[in-house]
Amino acid sequence: MKDEVPTTEERVANLKGMGSSRKRVEDVRFTQGRGNYVDDIKLDGMLFGDFVRSPYAHARVTTIHTEEAMKVPGVLAVITAADLEPLGLHWMPTLAGDKQMVLADGKVLFQGQEVAFVVATDRYAAADGVEAVEVDYEELPVVVDPFKAMEPDAPVLREDLEGQTEGAHGPRRHHNHIFTWEQGDKDATEAVMAEADVVAEEMIYYHRTHPSPLETCGSVASMDKVTGKLTLWGTFQAPHAIRTVVSLISGIAEHNIRVISPDIGGGFGNKVGAYAGYVCSVVASIVTGKPVKWVEDRMENLMSTAFARDYWMQGKIAATKEGKITGLWCHTTADHGGFDACADPTKFPAGFMNICTGSYDIPTAYLAVDGVYTNKAPGGVAYRCSFRVTEAAYFIERMIEVLAIKLNMDAAELRRINFIKKEQFPYNSALGWEYDSGDYHTAWDKALNAVGYDDLRAEQAQQLEDFKAGKTRRLMGIGLTHFTEIVGAGPVKNCDILGLGMFDSCEIRIHPTGSAIARLGTISQGQGHATTFAQIIASEIGIPADDITLEEGDTDTAPYGLGTYGSRSTPVAGAATAMAGRKIKAKAQMIAAYLLEVHDDDVEFDVDRFVVKGAPERFKTMKEIAFAAYNQAIPGVEPGLEAVSYYDPPNMTYPFGAYICVLDIDVDTGEAEVRKFYALDDCGTRINPMIIEGQVHGGLTEALAIAMGQEIAYDEMGNNKSATLMDFFIPTSWETPNYETDHTTTPSPHHPIGAKGVGESPNVGGVPCFSNAVHDAFRPFGLTQSHMPHDHWRIWKTANGLGLHS
Amino acid sequence: MIPANFEYHRPSEISAAIGIIQQHGDEARVVAGGHSLIPMMKLRMAEMGHLVDLQDIEELKGIEFSDSSVVMGAMTTQHELIDNADLASRLPILREAALQIADPQVRYMGTVGGNVANGDPGNDMPGLMQCLNATFEVVGPDGRRSIPARDFYEAAYFTAREDEEILTKISIPVPATGTGYAYEKQKRKIGDYATAASAVMIGNGAASIAMTNLSDTPIWSEAAGTALAAGDVDGAVAAALDAIDPQEDMRGPVEFKKHVAGVILRRAIARAQSRVG
Amino acid sequence: MSKMHVKLNLNGEEVEGLAEPRTLLIHFLRENLKVTGPHIGCETSHCGACTVDIDGKSVKSCTVFVGQVNGKDVTTVEGLVNDDGSLGIIQEMFREHHGLQCGFCTPGMITRAHRLLQENPNPTEKDIRFGMAGNLCRCTGYQNIVKAIAASADMMNAQKEAAE
Repeated sequence: MKDEVPTTEERVANLKGMGSSRKRVEDVRFTQGRGNYVDDIKLDGMLFGDFVRSPYAHARVTTIHTEEAMKVPGVLAVITAADLEPLGLHWMPTLAGDKQMVLADGKVLFQGQEVAFVVATDRYAAADGVEAVEVDYEELPVVVDPFKAMEPDAPVLREDLEGQTEGAHGPRRHHNHIFTWEQGDKDATEAVMAEADVVAEEMIYYHRTHPSPLETCGSVASMDKVTGKLTLWGTFQAPHAIRTVVSLISGIAEHNIRVISPDIGGGFGNKVGAYAGYVCSVVASIVTGKPVKWVEDRMENLMSTAFARDYWMQGKIAATKEGKITGLWCHTTADHGGFDACADPTKFPAGFMNICTGSYDIPTAYLAVDGVYTNKAPGGVAYRCSFRVTEAAYFIERMIEVLAIKLNMDAAELRRINFIKKEQFPYNSALGWEYDSGDYHTAWDKALNAVGYDDLRAEQAQQLEDFKAGKTRRLMGIGLTHFTEIVGAGPVKNCDILGLGMFDSCEIRIHPTGSAIARLGTISQGQGHATTFAQIIASEIGIPADDITLEEGDTDTAPYGLGTYGSRSTPVAGAATAMAGRKIKAKAQMIAAYLLEVHDDDVEFDVDRFVVKGAPERFKTMKEIAFAAYNQAIPGVEPGLEAVSYYDPPNMTYPFGAYICVLDIDVDTGEAEVRKFYALDDCGTRINPMIIEGQVHGGLTEALAIAMGQEIAYDEMGNNKSATLMDFFIPTSWETPNYETDHTTTPSPHHPIGAKGVGESPNVGGVPCFSNAVHDAFRPFGLTQSHMPHDHWRIWKTANGLGLHS
Repeated sequence: MIPANFEYHRPSEISAAIGIIQQHGDEARVVAGGHSLIPMMKLRMAEMGHLVDLQDIEELKGIEFSDSSVVMGAMTTQHELIDNADLASRLPILREAALQIADPQVRYMGTVGGNVANGDPGNDMPGLMQCLNATFEVVGPDGRRSIPARDFYEAAYFTAREDEEILTKISIPVPATGTGYAYEKQKRKIGDYATAASAVMIGNGAASIAMTNLSDTPIWSEAAGTALAAGDVDGAVAAALDAIDPQEDMRGPVEFKKHVAGVILRRAIARAQSRVG
Repeated sequence: MSKMHVKLNLNGEEVEGLAEPRTLLIHFLRENLKVTGPHIGCETSHCGACTVDIDGKSVKSCTVFVGQVNGKDVTTVEGLVNDDGSLGIIQEMFREHHGLQCGFCTPGMITRAHRLLQENPNPTEKDIRFGMAGNLCRCTGYQNIVKAIAASADMMNAQKEAAE
């Protein structure tokens, strides 16, 4: 019997490399309940910590009575700011260059702020202890409106900053002012506005919301007093940065800290920052000598850990009467709450808001952002987004619609005539970015054709006529969006967090028998890194993905990296993975050539082996090469086969997409039903189509939530009105539509495998698409702008305001 | 979200349950499915020394049918109610309403008795029971008594049931054949309370209308029913809207709620009329 | 407050423990019995991550006291694995159709889907969406979960047919 020689196609398929919809390796554990999330960690003698939180949004804390709590069975300690002060831990630095109270230091600045930390034998005793702590408050005037916060006689929120006229990002011009960030050419933009045929002006508000992953934030700290080593498990999207921060603020030497991110139950930006709970669990473990766990509940999550958005964006867009955009102006008032705890690269206090020229060739633009303190929870994180790209995309995609109304033009056509053209890439935007690659016209036409755009408009016109004739009470809206993302932060020359350059890393070790382990500086929160990064390695070095173990999140074993958020894993760590693979491949080539007794240049890589050029029957498989690396003395070559790469990306990547939504609005109840949603994404080279599609479904559903109802709302007293999942809208399977996904492929020219990242695109593009659909339904009645979320009563109010109920 | 501690009791006789309540007074509360009470306990907005679990009391279970009425034990779950084909044929409005309550898991645990007894204006069953002119049977230290659903609700969480009484049965007159019915509910998502909801029965010269979550109690409007029975839909809607007093919450402001209450009621009436047979 | 003696038949095995009466089933499972498949997502019976099966009902174990389930049969996602340790049909179909991402909602989803398919072996897409509406997922957008459950139904029915 003849040996079966696998074909090239079979060998490629066997690798399950890039481009294959490889099933996820993580799922074998997760589907049978064998995940290992923070709250699953149990250590001998472990204690539990729980917070006393402020019921007031702004108050002086005069006395904290802990005596009764200490009498509660099981309660071991009640920690207050006074206990932390001698350690210098009553305040901590934020990622945004501000500082934040760990525990209330004399006053509280938002409802739900941490006041005291009760440590007990278990969570029940800790909760009893929290109940028994009495705190005396003196209420202070509350400011929840960022514009009122900037009035001259507004109450002083941050007394600790009194008299400080210089902040982390330049001058402060008011006691509640944090920073002003300006980009672009103000004078030129104002000149364009003055001379333009048409200028459309609108205030676009992107409301406050929250990432709210299904798993809340938590940590387990274990200080081993014998070895002096602190181990800290936690819901950390950036475990290495957390280790450095813990070392800097605690004084514990960095080599004596091991940070571990176990499985993470969703992050979406919520788990980038450092929280009081992390610090308090560490302190409590040091004080008690025992492991201490802290896990917040859902109300605490929604009330205190990082919110997102809350951007008031005043915009002006100028165009010729034919619709060619000539300039864009934006002034944003950014509500940061009580502390500026947003998680942006240091030099970008408003993140990448300056991507707000979007997909359009806008020659002149100006952006200014004012950060403001209010009596709301701190944060401003990138909720499934790359540092305020969601806000920027929402702004420009609304402004385009507003301009289309002003010009009485079809918004699809207005976009088309203003897109950056394929041949203009790399494209330098007026606000300072170099877009790497794109083909917007192709994507746009494909999308419009796929949905039958002209037919949809005709149907909409008919329905409008029927509405006006009293035959229906439903209106049809067609939402359009063409977004450009900016992800993969980022080049170390301009991207750092707390001085740590935003490179990322991968280390690959090939075992003698030809299997491998790879470790990265990132951490999956559901993205499937263990599956997809193995696919990159498989394609790069010809070892089947199934033979590669992938590890992340343990700072004692993984190479240093800045973590997973801002869609940076594929653009940065994915590139590091490819580069580490290439180092291995280069060495493998030398070994293969030696074994085949030819010159290095005479062998070439072929799927899973090196073959002698022109003699394909002479080859060495990667498996053979791996073994040789460990058992043969190859002159001039070190034994072993491993490599590490720290990848500093030369540029960001710029994924883009064309989304179209059709929805029907019940004018009388304000209910909106999504009839169709088409999403075309171009994320460059596609590593795992199955996972890409899953990311798009998930991101669109988060976008649906945000656009249609999800908000963190406060009353005038600063009470959080949306702190449970009854009022904080997360759609169920019933309210969620099916999505049609599609793609074009425009690789990134500077990324080793051409991949751009995709996880956040559907949120960035989805929110304006849903919102534009709602607006579009009312366009014939004169609506230009109504703020999100488009929940029932707000849609009803819009209809009512347009006289549709009379 | 950890409740305060309590002693747990699971009596198998109603008399034993009442005995425990009598013994501990304010310190004791009964629990049926627990899906209203336990969240309140976890927020420590409800604390008690003694929790009396009613699940083993046979008398509180089962659904009985006679020609003129349906009698449901208070511990009948929403899931059992939805699943009961006989009930669905005699009182289809119950199933229609129950399917709009909470979510599948909650319906396995949530009981009809708990839903009507607890007095939460957000609950769907109280308005429906008023619409159907149901009677609640309660048992206490002084024996049994019946309270019409239309007289049961006094204010949010305040009802005609005394603290030492347990709601045991719900008796619903079976409507005449051909009666049209509808339960219409607007909500933000599965699991939400109503923004506005309305129960309507119409047929054989009579009509009944009740509204849910539009006041601090369910609202049954006799005037609305009378108008509808006379064929005056506008009059019925006007009378019902006159009787409600909605409060602003995250579902929307008062003006909006009043408007959608009218819309939902009209839709309920239209659907009920279409089912008159 | 004295502790109570709690006995359950958990995933086919008799288990017992001592717990305060106020102990919520989710904590008893996770802390006392170290069964950490069911997760805590909201604690207010909205998210369904803690869903377990109790005597043939899908129940949110964050909203049940141990006393209420004393003596009952409880099944968690760990109990849905085949006897040989391989993934059960629903578990396998969730993997096959990419019905999970972060995995946090997955145990509750699968446990709920198990009961749904026991009660309705031939669900429509609407039946699935309605029947799964007590379980929140933040990652998948549900589309692939729905697909996975529909595929599970098909496979279970095929298996039943083959056995007959």
